[in-house]
Amino acid sequence: MLRFKIEKTGAPVWMRSLIPVFALLVTFLITSGLILWGQANPIQAYYYFLIAPLTSRVSALEVLVKSTPLILSGVAVTFAFVAGYYNIGAEGQLYAGAIAAAWLGTVLGGLPPALAIPIMLLGGFIAGALWALTPALLRVKLAVDEVVTTLLLNSVMLFIVSALLNGPWRSPVSGWPQSPEIAPSTVLPKLIPRSRLHLGFVVAVLSVVVLWFVLSRTVFGLKMRAAGLGREAARFAGVNVGRTMLIAALISGGIAGIVGVSEVAGIHFHLIEEISPGYGYTGILIATLGALNAWGVAAAALFFGLIDTGTQTLSHAMGVPIYLGEVTQATMLLVTLAMLLLQNYRIRRV
Amino acid sequence: MDIVQMRGITKRFGPVVANDHIDFNLRKGEIHALLGENGAGKTTLMRILYGLYRADEGEILVEGWPVRINSPKDAIALGIGMVTQHFALVPPLTVAENVVLGFTDGFVLEKATIEQRVAEAAKRFGLEVDPSAVVRHLSVGQRQRVEILKALYREARVLILDEPTAVLVPQEIDALFETLERLRAGGLSVIFITHKLEEVMRISDRVTVLRDGRVVGTVETARTNERELARMMVGRETFGVRREERAVGEQPLLQVERVCAEDDQGLPALKEVSLVVHAGEILGIAGVGGNGQKELAEVLSGVRRPTSGRILVDGQDLTGATPDEFTAAGVGRIPEDRHAGVVGELSVAENLALEYLEEFARGGMLDREAIRRHAEELIQRFQIKARATDRARTLSGGNLQKLILARVLSRDPKVVLASQPTRGLDVGATEYVRQQLLAQRARGAAVLLISEDLDEILALSDRIAVMYEGEIVGVLPAQDADPERLGLMMSGAVKERQGAYAEV
Amino acid sequence: MDTFLVNLIAATLRVATPLLLAAIGETYIERAGVLNLGIEGMMFFGAFVGFFVADVTGSLWLGFWVAVLSGVLSGLLMALFSVTFGVNQHVSGLGITLLLGGLSLFAFRLKYGGRSVPPSIEPFPQLSPFKDVPVLGTLFEQYLFTYVAFLVIVPLAWWLLYRTSFGLNIRSVGENPEAADAAGVNVFLIRYITLAIGGGLIAAGGAFLSLAQLGAFTHGIVSGRGWVALALVIFGNWDPVKVMWGALIFGGTFALQLRLQAMGLNLPIPYETFLALPYVVTIVALVIAGRNATYPAALLKPYRRE
Repeated sequence: MLRFKIEKTGAPVWMRSLIPVFALLVTFLITSGLILWGQANPIQAYYYFLIAPLTSRVSALEVLVKSTPLILSGVAVTFAFVAGYYNIGAEGQLYAGAIAAAWLGTVLGGLPPALAIPIMLLGGFIAGALWALTPALLRVKLAVDEVVTTLLLNSVMLFIVSALLNGPWRSPVSGWPQSPEIAPSTVLPKLIPRSRLHLGFVVAVLSVVVLWFVLSRTVFGLKMRAAGLGREAARFAGVNVGRTMLIAALISGGIAGIVGVSEVAGIHFHLIEEISPGYGYTGILIATLGALNAWGVAAAALFFGLIDTGTQTLSHAMGVPIYLGEVTQATMLLVTLAMLLLQNYRIRRV
Repeated sequence: MDIVQMRGITKRFGPVVANDHIDFNLRKGEIHALLGENGAGKTTLMRILYGLYRADEGEILVEGWPVRINSPKDAIALGIGMVTQHFALVPPLTVAENVVLGFTDGFVLEKATIEQRVAEAAKRFGLEVDPSAVVRHLSVGQRQRVEILKALYREARVLILDEPTAVLVPQEIDALFETLERLRAGGLSVIFITHKLEEVMRISDRVTVLRDGRVVGTVETARTNERELARMMVGRETFGVRREERAVGEQPLLQVERVCAEDDQGLPALKEVSLVVHAGEILGIAGVGGNGQKELAEVLSGVRRPTSGRILVDGQDLTGATPDEFTAAGVGRIPEDRHAGVVGELSVAENLALEYLEEFARGGMLDREAIRRHAEELIQRFQIKARATDRARTLSGGNLQKLILARVLSRDPKVVLASQPTRGLDVGATEYVRQQLLAQRARGAAVLLISEDLDEILALSDRIAVMYEGEIVGVLPAQDADPERLGLMMSGAVKERQGAYAEV
Repeated sequence: MDTFLVNLIAATLRVATPLLLAAIGETYIERAGVLNLGIEGMMFFGAFVGFFVADVTGSLWLGFWVAVLSGVLSGLLMALFSVTFGVNQHVSGLGITLLLGGLSLFAFRLKYGGRSVPPSIEPFPQLSPFKDVPVLGTLFEQYLFTYVAFLVIVPLAWWLLYRTSFGLNIRSVGENPEAADAAGVNVFLIRYITLAIGGGLIAAGGAFLSLAQLGAFTHGIVSGRGWVALALVIFGNWDPVKVMWGALIFGGTFALQLRLQAMGLNLPIPYETFLALPYVVTIVALVIAGRNATYPAALLKPYRRE
């Protein structure tokens, strides 16, 4: 009888660098089944999917536009996960920031943009952090599992948004559930004329740099990593794990709040229910694929931005449902997780 | 006749060869000691026999037939049972449930039926346990009986015991040995893993000695002596570190006054514990594991808050202080689980700085250069075999402990709190750690040594306090202590008190 | 008895049914040591598959059973990642939720396009054994699934867990996999089996929504019920019977909210307050009960021999 055994070995270095490539290949093999089901030619579809967005300046910029909320969400989630706090509530915190932006955008009209925009960003940060505060406190003070509470609060936040949009903010003219348009001085300025790329992208890039700096260069960053990687040992060494987790959770919520500001003040100019197609959850995939490393998160987010843009192109061109993007991203995550593990093993006959 | 034969067994963990072409035979009805230092490969060999590991090379024969053992299930089917060092019991389940786990004939489990069956088995093998008791509430000795019963209930003809005496007081050891002798008379074959020579001489018929993953030899116990076995085991005749008698300082550096604390379940774990450790003194805390030592260490580390009482370090009140306040007050803490004392995924340098981050910070920024220099200095001074940038988890147990010692002792703490500082270390590392503790004593530090290893306690301590069920049941000067007397105190049979809280 | 109260109790049982099915499934999974954050996606997928198959074949029962099968397969997928690969359960679970969510919506859009009125089917009928009896008639006018969930699944789940060798294996694997392994229990197999069973129950909860309660499939059909089930498991301290009480509390709050809305009271607060109420109540319940929660000791920990 043939017997196989799986043994653990270190993967050769060249193989490690090829993991993303393999992961990509496997992912597209899996998703091509869906494309065929959508009655499109996979090869052609892949062209629209991965190459077409990069062939024109307009669509390449659109990739950056789509990446903006993804980068920020990935950074937000990373801040929490690094400290060992499983914030699954970025989605709700994002909407908290969006509400703050929609409100501030209508009351700050009198201020010059140089003043109004920082206040918008700060307001969004505070709103997101506040929405993150309750589960963080429950976790740190009462040891209530943050995964479940942050998830449940996402649902609660959707009802709050709905209440606002169907109540006080319902458009009196059209009756649509959307908040009043924000004042021009609170709109995030365009970076490049005749594109949708806005200041939010700069904020996103900055957030990556801040994440890198905090994690690798500051005392707080080391405390966060210690708390996340070895809670007991960190506590033993004198790190106030509870406080570290709490602060990390608030920063995480705050940055998620800025995603909301960026989308309201940079893209939509008012609050609608569909402002996020699940950026808060996608951020978790991005943070994981980026291995909780600032540059990795940025790369993963840009790639996800490409997929988002690509599926849109694909959907317009070939009628494949846009949800292909979501499926591809999730598949990508699962395949990569599997590959990262399998690289350490090889199968041998005994 | 040999009931088990292991031939040419080799097992590698990455680059480490844990078992190197080992041959081992077990006769029917014998107690066979497997002797060797920590890391010699004893446990690995037996885990292979029990199907928990798979050998890379070699073959196993049971009653002359070649067999393949891929899981404990296979081993059990062949009549092999194992009592592992960390008991393989499920604490929230009852004794009966634990015994029948994985060995039930029907799908439906009648509580009364299994309890009755387990009670019958217990009676047949002379192992006294209550089948309906929840394992969580049992003492260590009782748990061990459950483990043995579990193996015998599965009709084991070969019983492997991994360091079974490590967790027992001397009187419980006597009882265990009586049980084993009775079972041997009934035809059971026993493999007895140990590193204690005295036990080998007492209980075994034959001994196989392992060193560095290889067999040094197999001898009849009757034809050998401790001296020869020691030489076989460590490759030289004598070893060990002992303190030398010297005057202890007068100054009380650590004072623990009527401290009470609760365990994780909220049950009382420390009951009015009072201790004093003077400058230049080692106070040993002896006791069977789980009698409050862990909680005492945690309370004195600032990781657990006492519910009442006071803790004074050199006169400064540290009751309920945080770990960094303990550090700042001059308490150096060596944790019980060294893997929980360092963050494995952080570098050696980061771990060495972790306790004193304020010193390596400039306006919230890490002074990376200073962290590196600090690490390199300590690596050299404490002979840590690692680079500053290595992840801590890649270090061997001995080097990891050196890392912790370096972090703690480089600060010349007033009080050193050492919990199980040599557990699981090889001879060289053990000696190193003990020497460092004696050096601290010579320097004038107050050392509180918590250890389940009685030999260690006796070798190093100036005074010995015994813990039983969260209480200090007695404090003896070292010259009055011997294993028998300490054993009685550790089992709760005798309480000897100096001072005010002698009454029960 | 007051009609308001009778209607409320009847609605509570109805609303609690899908949560109960999912929460019992999750209880089994967690009892074996795996946290399944794929639960929301598995419910959603179950709801979609049930609807899709029922619509295409015209058979509600076929739809239901294929949905259950989809849940079993989803559970096995989760097992592949959490048990065999041993990857972070938070991340793999969420990945599966997003994957199944995307897959359902993709297929739904392909089949039905982007129409504004969702397609619907004739749902399972309710049983009414006491048709003309005043109070009992209302109380017992329920779907077959509700009867099965409360009268069969809960007692069966309890009995299996505490009174059979299978349940003993599950409890041991979730508490101390090393001990279970050493005693000859196949840890991996037990975790695969519980994920398969649990996945099936979770998907059945989703299929109940589309095939019985709604007779349609919509974007918001599950809307966080999976997460609520997750909370109920903690609230119920991993005991099927206590989990049932949790499901009834949530169901009661939700039903109350529905009744209040249906009464069309002109309240000074937005109706979303009532919609959010069950979630808030769940959090509060979690805070109260969760503090004394005794998690299965091996939860979140992949088992490895070496």
